[in-house]
Amino acid sequence: MDLQALSVESANIARRESAWQRVRRNWSVRIGGAAIALLLLVALAAPWLGTVDPTLFDAASRDLRPGQSGEIMTLDGELLKHEFLMGSDSFGRDIHSRVMYGTRVSLLVGIATALLALAFGIVLGLSSGYLRWLDGPLMRVMDGLMAIPAILLAIVLVAMWRASVLTVVLAIAITEIPRVTRLVRSLVLSIREEPYVEAAISLGTPTWRIMFGHILPNCVAPLLVQGTYICAAAILVEAILSFLGVGLPPDIPTWGNIMAEGRVQFMAYPHNLFFPGVFLALTVLAVNILGDGLRDTLDPKMAKRV
Amino acid sequence: MYTFIARRLLATIPVLLVVAVLVFLMLRLTPGDPAAILAGDAASGEQIAAIRASLGLDRPLPVQFAIWAGNLLQGDFGSSYFYKTQVAQLIAQRIEPTLALATLTILIAVIVSIPLGVIAAWRFGGWFDRALMGFSVLGFSVPVFVLAYLLIWIVSLQLGWFPVQGYRRLADGFWPFLHHLILPAITLSVIYIALIARVTRAAVLEALGEDYIRTARAKGLPEARVLVRHALANAAVPIATVIGIGIALLIGGVVVTESVYAIPGLGRLTVDAVLARDFPTVQAVILLFSFAYVLVNLLVDLSYVVFDPRIRY
Repeated sequence: MDLQALSVESANIARRESAWQRVRRNWSVRIGGAAIALLLLVALAAPWLGTVDPTLFDAASRDLRPGQSGEIMTLDGELLKHEFLMGSDSFGRDIHSRVMYGTRVSLLVGIATALLALAFGIVLGLSSGYLRWLDGPLMRVMDGLMAIPAILLAIVLVAMWRASVLTVVLAIAITEIPRVTRLVRSLVLSIREEPYVEAAISLGTPTWRIMFGHILPNCVAPLLVQGTYICAAAILVEAILSFLGVGLPPDIPTWGNIMAEGRVQFMAYPHNLFFPGVFLALTVLAVNILGDGLRDTLDPKMAKRV
Repeated sequence: MYTFIARRLLATIPVLLVVAVLVFLMLRLTPGDPAAILAGDAASGEQIAAIRASLGLDRPLPVQFAIWAGNLLQGDFGSSYFYKTQVAQLIAQRIEPTLALATLTILIAVIVSIPLGVIAAWRFGGWFDRALMGFSVLGFSVPVFVLAYLLIWIVSLQLGWFPVQGYRRLADGFWPFLHHLILPAITLSVIYIALIARVTRAAVLEALGEDYIRTARAKGLPEARVLVRHALANAAVPIATVIGIGIALLIGGVVVTESVYAIPGLGRLTVDAVLARDFPTVQAVILLFSFAYVLVNLLVDLSYVVFDPRIRY
């Protein structure tokens, strides 16, 4: 008898790509990820990128065009020669330095908001999907929160608290929590009908273990996608808050408040708005492209819809 | 149908009530005493207390809420701390620019985005489709105010086609009114175009895969008619839905756009009132925006009946 014919090993089984492999080969993920990595590098290396302290100003170096050289006084009273790569603003501050340091705030706010909104959304969504008595009241509160336009809600919250990185992150996260909660809730409601969850219940698995051991792992992909979109939205909203003058104070340079200060003399010196604007747009673009790539590879159901 | 409308209108009441409670609590449970701000720096403790009492801010929170909600139901929005007029009057003065801007924006967005989406779906995977998808990601990413200044710089300053800033009332003539409003509306419509075009493309693409499209082509209908009468007509429900959802985006954009173009509308009023801690005005404007959002989405739900005869309420 030919044993070879019965051998399983010799059969040519097409190996399915793992999700991680699919993600790595996706060009949107590669481009978006590389751009974000570069921005993270800029944020970390800001002090060594030809910058000075972003709060320094010098009356003699006001309104310089991009590329002009001038002088800037350090806090110790030392006069530095400095090349203003992106020009200077009406106080004589170096826009290049402010834009580079502004990267820190934008990325910090984006990532922290995404993590915070996901954390709260997961807890609330799991509770709502699993504890039926909580579902009704919680969802009504979320409906109410969602009916308030996000930017308005964030403006009011930040203006009422004193603006700091923490309050800005908290305010933007609050506007995003309802959407995450709804997403997690709907995932829970569909996953808990799956046979393997039924099997786990029949084996007497405690509820919390079903939630965190079976249901949550299956939510990871859509939540990762949602997280990147929240990150992009948060970076935008933070910039809008700063631009409208309700966000972070000027001693913390952000792309939004650099532009807010530049708007008065926009016609004469458009570079005040141009450089932070370009950085802001490219950053949000990179995060959105990464999100699209993750959605296409991890969440094919959602990818088909939009 | 009418019972459906009545039921949906009733269903908006709890949502609006939650909004009212949230907004009320948000404004009261935060630092910053409006009485102290109104009284000024030189005021004594008694003066501040007197102002607080005159505003009713010394009463317990539930009482304050009940009084406010009761007045609201009678159409009394209270009076502004900062502008010293009735909030209702203030809103009436500021609503025209905002309504005009929003209407023109939606008009531009719908007229531009739907053909784009249909053509992209028709030429799925081609250069136009790719370009549109690229544009839509860009449209989501470029902040409204960055785009606003870019357009002002190119179109107003370099080409001189439109005024840089400002607003003209409709009563001052239609052309000046439109002339001042076009650039802000174009600015605001970009993100909306990106959103609607994407959904139109996806919905038309799905419809194009149906059997009745093959039938329509087989019986020799011109392609344009197949696309519009068969594919687009069947894609109308998701498109209407996304136009409704996008209203929230539009309201957020209005606040920023009005600020950049110096348009004296509700968006500007909101920001100014927030910075001045003018509670009654902030509460009223947010409630109004939320109500508008809920109402538009109710209208969208009702429009399904027109777009899809199978749907009956």
